[in-house]
Amino acid sequence: MNPEERHIFSVLVENRFGVLARVAGLFSGRGFNIDSLNVAETHDRSISQITLVTHGDAQIIEQIYHHLNRLIDVIEVTDLSTDTHVERELVLIKIATDDPQKRTEILQVAEVFRGRVIDMKPASLVLEITGDEGKLKAAIDIFNTYGILELARTGKIAMLRGAES
Amino acid sequence: MELSGAQILVDSLKREGVEYIFGVNGGAAMPIFDALYGETEIKLIPMRHEQGASHAADGYARVTGDVGVALATSGPGATNLVTGIATAYMDSIPMVAITGQVFTHYIGSDAFQECDIIGVTRPVCKHSYLIKNSDEVADVVAEAFHIAKTGKPGPVVIDIAKDAQMHEALFQYPETVDIRSYKPQVHGDPAQIAKAAALIKEAKRPMLYAGGGVVLANASEELRQLTLKTQIPITVTLMGLGAFPETHPLAMEMPGMHGSCCANYAFTDADLVIAIGARFDDRVTGDLSKFAPNAKKVHIDIDASCIGKNVPVDVPIVGDAKSVLTELNKQVGIADIDPWRDQIQEWKQKYPFEYEQKADKVMPQYVIEQIYEHFSDAIVVADVGQHQMWAAQYFKFTEPRQWLNSGGLGTMGFSLPAAIGAQLGCPDKTVVNINGDGSYIMTIQELVPAVTMKLPLKIFIINNMYLGMVRQWQELFHGKRYSAVDYHDNPDFALLAQAFGATGLRVEHTEDVVPALQKAKGITGGPVVIDFIVDEEENVFPMVPAGAGLGDVIRGLS
Ligand SMILES: Cc1ncc(C[n+]2csc(CCOP(=O)(O)OP(=O)(O)O)c2C)c(N)n1
Ligand SMILES: [Mg+2]
Repeated sequence: MNPEERHIFSVLVENRFGVLARVAGLFSGRGFNIDSLNVAETHDRSISQITLVTHGDAQIIEQIYHHLNRLIDVIEVTDLSTDTHVERELVLIKIATDDPQKRTEILQVAEVFRGRVIDMKPASLVLEITGDEGKLKAAIDIFNTYGILELARTGKIAMLRGAES
Repeated sequence: MELSGAQILVDSLKREGVEYIFGVNGGAAMPIFDALYGETEIKLIPMRHEQGASHAADGYARVTGDVGVALATSGPGATNLVTGIATAYMDSIPMVAITGQVFTHYIGSDAFQECDIIGVTRPVCKHSYLIKNSDEVADVVAEAFHIAKTGKPGPVVIDIAKDAQMHEALFQYPETVDIRSYKPQVHGDPAQIAKAAALIKEAKRPMLYAGGGVVLANASEELRQLTLKTQIPITVTLMGLGAFPETHPLAMEMPGMHGSCCANYAFTDADLVIAIGARFDDRVTGDLSKFAPNAKKVHIDIDASCIGKNVPVDVPIVGDAKSVLTELNKQVGIADIDPWRDQIQEWKQKYPFEYEQKADKVMPQYVIEQIYEHFSDAIVVADVGQHQMWAAQYFKFTEPRQWLNSGGLGTMGFSLPAAIGAQLGCPDKTVVNINGDGSYIMTIQELVPAVTMKLPLKIFIINNMYLGMVRQWQELFHGKRYSAVDYHDNPDFALLAQAFGATGLRVEHTEDVVPALQKAKGITGGPVVIDFIVDEEENVFPMVPAGAGLGDVIRGLS
């Protein structure tokens, strides 16, 4: 077995119904897993960007790259992992704050992660934290000890550094 | 001028030069069939099952190189097309499959005869479209044909809602198609081609390995030039048979599981393999770890995802076979490899395809040999099983598009409807259908349109009263436990042919084989079916057992 690597693909596609199903079907049909997925319109409304994290050995990654390219609705595929890139994800965490003491503590921890409070109720609050995978994992691990009620994340988005696109 | 969506569809198909549509009618496609009623430029061929329609469209495409068109209604009509679509997809055949769909306001409601055929066919077609508005029809048809026939060809599905067929829109056919996300690479990288040429110069034991891609790219002429210029021995796969004449001294015949020992030994000893439009299929390579272990590999293919998929490749060249070979041919000369050529000739002479003539049996291989003797110029359409392998082994193909079979999906029932499409595509050629008793009865109903149209098909059944290929595996690997392969209860195919209105003959003795074939040759007013009752338990050899290396080929049982 060759070593498995994590890869992050940026896929520009036609903004049409059915395109995501084709991309997803390519993975499910071959037994490849999608670890994270984000889809949204770009500044050009006719084009959507899919950011997709997957893993596999070099041969599987190459296959994924070529098969993505082969889809008729795919305009461009970039394997961002082959170059220096920035990666971000946003997570919303709802935490129980039954006593004021605990709430203060949670707010202090949130500060460390540059989290923002975006909703506060007597018994709970919602935090928004942005970062790369390592930072989000650290934050989630800590907040887990306070009891996470609900968690939602966007999936990763990423971009190459510098002027090229 | 405002036309109905269905009329726009038909007019668009005319613009694409469509001659035939193979279809079966039904509720959600009725406006399209209505628009085809009385139509003279496009002939509508009513088939007896939608699977037959899709295989007929496929057969037409394989012989002509043009896009074949199949048409069905929604739901069961559409799902019946799927086997034919998948068959075409696996063999990269240009096809457009059109299905009616329920009214747009019913889509998603589990309406009567509703089926998400776009979802069902997604993994087995090159692309697909759901049309909900009449004004999309012309553009979609233009795109669909462009996609089906360019790059690596394949089937495209157009699902069109009934209201989109009925509502009127302005008909304006696009003059050109430009899809920003679809730009197939035609020309190979010159640096890579130069590398390939350099490897050819150095090699001491090179071989050419050509596949169906050469036929699809109409690159047989360029392949012949490459072979003749370099004098490098060549093997052509099951999908490419005829791309290089099998009668030529450099031809090693087909490789793989039931291929020639010569081709398989050549792979095992070669120091350079040049693959052209072939995909290192597992039926060709056998155990990958033992496949061409000493060889550098050059792989020319239009589909980048095909290269390096099964076998690591030293020089990948993405491009159209015709274009790449044209460039490569400029850079190569005769290879200085006499000892290797001698070795190949020795294997060829020592291990030809051979069989034992058993007493009182009609040997299936003999029947094929005689078919070749009598119909060497014919287009041959084979089905799937032992008879397919014997046809590939004992018929010597010399021209591209002369040999049709479902090599990729291995679809039983392919051949009779595909032969109908082939005969319509090539009305001046003789079309021979080599069928199996099991395969034949899967689409036997298509004898009806063949009789109706008086197509002079030569339908030869190699009847061993078994699902022979499966029986062979049971004999060799399952201790002769013949589970569900005994077809002795099939009807008398000669009588049945007569019931259909065709000529039906039955041959039970070796001495009757030739007279029957001669008789078949003289029958031109409609299909003739000859039921050849052959040795029941004959096996296909040579055979590379599944999981073994090509060097471990079993040459015969004795
Ligand atoms: C639709 C379909 N079902 C099952 C198979 C599996 N299969 C492969 S070859 C074969 C036997 C074909 O029998 P027949 O047409 O009589 O040909 P023979 O091998 O006897 O020459 C079968 C069942 C298949 N290829 N296609
Ligand atoms: Mg049989």
